[in-house]
Amino acid sequence: METIKLTIDNRPVEVPVGTTVYKAAKTLGIDIPVLCYMDLHDLGIENKPAGCRICIVEIEGRRNLAPSCSTACANGMVVKTHTTRVINARRTVMELILSDHPKDCLTCPKSGRCELQDMAVKLGIRNIPGQEYAEMSTYKKDFSPSIIRDVDKCIMCRRCETMCNDFQTVGALSAVNRGFMSVVAPAFEQDLEKSPCTYCGQCVAVCPTGALTEVDHTPKVIRALADPTKTVIVQTAPAVRAALGEEFGLEPGTSVTGKMVAALRQLGFDYIFDTDFAADLTIMEEGTELLTRLGKHLSGDKSVKLPILTSCCPGWVGFFEHNYSDMLDVPSTAKSPQQMFGAIAKTYFAEKMGKKREELVVVSVMPCLAKKFECQRDEFKVDGNPDVDYSISTRELAHLIKEFNVRFNELPDEDFDRPLGESTGASIIFGATGGVIEAATRTAYELHTGKKLERLDFTELRGMEGIRSATIDFNGLPINIGIAHGLGNARKLLDEVRLGKTNYHAIEIMACPGGCIGGGGQPLHHGDTSILKARTKAIYAEDTGKTIRKSHENPYIIKLYEEFLGKPMSEKAHHLLHTHYFDKSKKDIFI
Amino acid sequence: MSHIKVELKKEQVAKLKEICKSFNNEAGELINVLHKSQETFGYLPAEVQEIIAKELNISVAKVYGVVTFYSFFTMLPKGQHPISICTGTACYVRGAEKVLDEFKRILEVKVGETTPDGKFSLSCLRCVGACGLAPVVSVGEKIYGRVSPDGVKDILKEYE
Ligand code: SF4
Ligand code: SF4
Ligand code: SF4
Ligand code: FES
Repeated sequence: METIKLTIDNRPVEVPVGTTVYKAAKTLGIDIPVLCYMDLHDLGIENKPAGCRICIVEIEGRRNLAPSCSTACANGMVVKTHTTRVINARRTVMELILSDHPKDCLTCPKSGRCELQDMAVKLGIRNIPGQEYAEMSTYKKDFSPSIIRDVDKCIMCRRCETMCNDFQTVGALSAVNRGFMSVVAPAFEQDLEKSPCTYCGQCVAVCPTGALTEVDHTPKVIRALADPTKTVIVQTAPAVRAALGEEFGLEPGTSVTGKMVAALRQLGFDYIFDTDFAADLTIMEEGTELLTRLGKHLSGDKSVKLPILTSCCPGWVGFFEHNYSDMLDVPSTAKSPQQMFGAIAKTYFAEKMGKKREELVVVSVMPCLAKKFECQRDEFKVDGNPDVDYSISTRELAHLIKEFNVRFNELPDEDFDRPLGESTGASIIFGATGGVIEAATRTAYELHTGKKLERLDFTELRGMEGIRSATIDFNGLPINIGIAHGLGNARKLLDEVRLGKTNYHAIEIMACPGGCIGGGGQPLHHGDTSILKARTKAIYAEDTGKTIRKSHENPYIIKLYEEFLGKPMSEKAHHLLHTHYFDKSKKDIFI
Repeated sequence: MSHIKVELKKEQVAKLKEICKSFNNEAGELINVLHKSQETFGYLPAEVQEIIAKELNISVAKVYGVVTFYSFFTMLPKGQHPISICTGTACYVRGAEKVLDEFKRILEVKVGETTPDGKFSLSCLRCVGACGLAPVVSVGEKIYGRVSPDGVKDILKEYE
């Protein structure tokens, strides 16, 4: 490999050709500040508009200061990152960025996690010269079911655009207008709700400021908890336990399942249940659907479509409703675990408790912002009463725990309630890319072959690569499996399926990088993808630690079918656990 | 951004597709495609942008982003009589702004807009090179010099 030698802050360093000054400095442990720049290395995403100029450094022999995030190293370069000139210029840059920024920190939803705020602190900004003359932008706030856009706080780093356009290929956002009026917005500056947005939340996950945030449902949850006429039930998604600890200063990858349950009990929820239970249920339904379709297909029934696509990710569901409306019969009809849980809670469990559905409030804790939209969809309501009342993110739960004065890190480990709190290792891995299909494989294999699996870890289905495939031997029948995470990768896979170029039997798709562990509602990773890897590890470790690791062996799932649903795909199961999709390709985007 | 909803005719859609095709439906040719389309239609309503986005396989948001970035592109149809007021330095110091305000007041439109009856549209432009006549106003091809706010009424009368 060809290398380059240079010095940064008087220290020599040798880096491969093409390395930027910013990255070279990092190898020396020098953190040059950046704002617009973002490098999600493991996902192959780099946002490098070189627009903010906060990362400027002095390079000997050059007249102008250079943006280190986009300046390549050269042999013999002498770089200084903290001369008086650099420090003054960097401060001026920051003051300019802040001059038209709302001074809202006290009430801003991003406060405390805001990269812009952190930068102001780091640079010691104490006043903003000339701000009394600075014109302030006054865009209207845009409220969608999941996401709030407050573009007055936008600093035009364009990270959201990179996520939405390059990584997700949704194309809901673009920089529009010029100069002072420029913002990132949907086409024709319409509300997000009128755009092809999937509410995956990946733009929120990378926005350095309060310009993009989630709709906060915690006030409604607090009200429900205080209402003596309501029985409040909570369900927690698999990926939440692998990340919640980060909000309390714990190492990324620390599983906090027991503490989370204890905290939820302290918050006053009447029943602490687990979305994992519903994930097991999903496997029963989706797995059976796969085997039924497969059986028909093998017996020559041409009307049956393969591959079957997973349908547990509402971001992905939104994406295919907008972009693959010609293929609406390809995905599984199984609802997402969140919605399956809600449907069972407000029927089976309500009956058990002798309560009416209106007396129950179902709250979900999700790593996801699309779930906020999903639980408001009309088809998931009975006479206007939603199966899931409120969906809060991992971040919102952390906030709730803090607001309720709970010392999280000192909590003892507690257990979920029964019956809807029992789960298997198979359901936990739903939280990582490849996990749903691995869980389905464990069950479908045993149901199809009648044999016991000897090896439960299908490591060939795991990993961080955007598109993966593997063939699993179902006792002589080779089953071809495809996996994609990130909607751009999903698009690549789906385009091939549409052209009939693949021979997959089943495909798992997750909208977010790494699967739900990288969801838009998770603690912010601030561009550090090692955090995503640590969460994935925690998920698989939880699976290994479980005694029951196959969905069809969950005793409470078996009981649910015996007492209530009959068989998977029965009429009742169909009614409660399956859904249908809508063609949104022609959604009118005009007022 | 306000919109006037436009129903594109079949031939117009075909024409747009043809324009895109003449640039090989390449996303990199977006600006050229927009130029050509505006030449053909006079302006770039949302419906036109949507077709272009689809043909070039890019998002509508991106197309709109480019349309709003370059002041040459417009999403509003020009009026039958497009009015331009020069706000170059010479005209400005000689009171172009007051003239502009008078146009705005009488026509009840903002800069960049067209009157509801489609008769007049209002825009500003930079120096037309007739500084000796400042402030200068043009209506269609016709140039008016030394316009005062009081003269605005008379100019408009000519087009009634
Ligand atoms: S976006 Fe950041 S800097 Fe701006 S008001 Fe919110 S917390 Fe403060
Ligand atoms: S939520 Fe996802 S689809 Fe919607 S604007 Fe953000 S990145 Fe794009
Ligand atoms: S909305 Fe946020 S992520 Fe997008 S450009 Fe503005 S500040 Fe950056
Ligand atoms: S971080 Fe380098 S220009 Fe913004």
